[in-house]
Amino acid sequence: MKVGIVVFPGTNCDRDTFKAFSRLPEVEVEYVWHTFTELFDYDLIVLPGGFSYGDYLRCGALARFSPVMSAVEKYILSKKGYVLGICNGFQILTEAGLLPGALSRNANNRFICEFCDIEIVNYNTPFTRMCEKRVLKLPIAHSDGNYCADASTIYELESEKRVIFRYVENPNGSMNAIAGIMDEEFRILGMMPHPERNCDGVLGNGDGRCVFESIYHELSREVSERDGLR
Amino acid sequence: MYKADVLVNFKKGVLDPQAKAISGVLSHLGYDAITDLRVGKHFVFKVDATDRDKAYAIVEEVAKRILSNPVLETYTIELKRDDEG
Repeated sequence: MKVGIVVFPGTNCDRDTFKAFSRLPEVEVEYVWHTFTELFDYDLIVLPGGFSYGDYLRCGALARFSPVMSAVEKYILSKKGYVLGICNGFQILTEAGLLPGALSRNANNRFICEFCDIEIVNYNTPFTRMCEKRVLKLPIAHSDGNYCADASTIYELESEKRVIFRYVENPNGSMNAIAGIMDEEFRILGMMPHPERNCDGVLGNGDGRCVFESIYHELSREVSERDGLR
Repeated sequence: MYKADVLVNFKKGVLDPQAKAISGVLSHLGYDAITDLRVGKHFVFKVDATDRDKAYAIVEEVAKRILSNPVLETYTIELKRDDEG
């Protein structure tokens, strides 16, 4: 199983994400530089957190036009695997139009860095199936995490069960307290909380692990099915 | 050569926390005459095009595609001939 972690200038959660995956057995993890343009052969692409291109213009707005993002778009169209965008990665996915809505400035106009209670709204997704708790303790660290979309998009997300994570206490003003959403095919997850920062007991209670274990199990199943067919 | 001014502002109804903070200070200082303050972004650049329509089309494409986020923002364009070259 191969996981690719995209690194833009200013990305800073790439190593935590690398570590979160490399603790799982038989996972090959690689960094992908932002200039990469070939079609990926990964089973999962991660857009990690950070401050790509210094968050200039708008968060994710410049990263969205880097060469690697055309490769990500092609990868999504080819339906070869999954995409996970965490924090700045989520912002990049919305800027690219790969997920609906936008992440605007936090309602209190401040950078918020704290542990939040995150409710799992939909357990039936490739990223949450292995989660047993109803509420995860995950850190958030952002200035622009206030999820906004027009009323019909919010209605669609809710009715199609594409709201995957919700803040128990809304920290940033997000509509419907949305913390994470998926695309209509349930292949792309964007979330503001950082599961990779709570994968180890030393850094919290390890609640973030179940997100990585979920996608790991999903991919293991798909990879063995694929090999079985050969 | 043309000179473009693109102003990007939040749509009405989108929370503008900077404007809210500045308005708070203005009202604290007694500037009660000022209302509806908004904070936007101002982009200034030159465009090399053979006529105004061509220049406008380039500016509009850039304003729509890159300089603004259609979910949250609107833009206005001002375009002038730039005789200084």
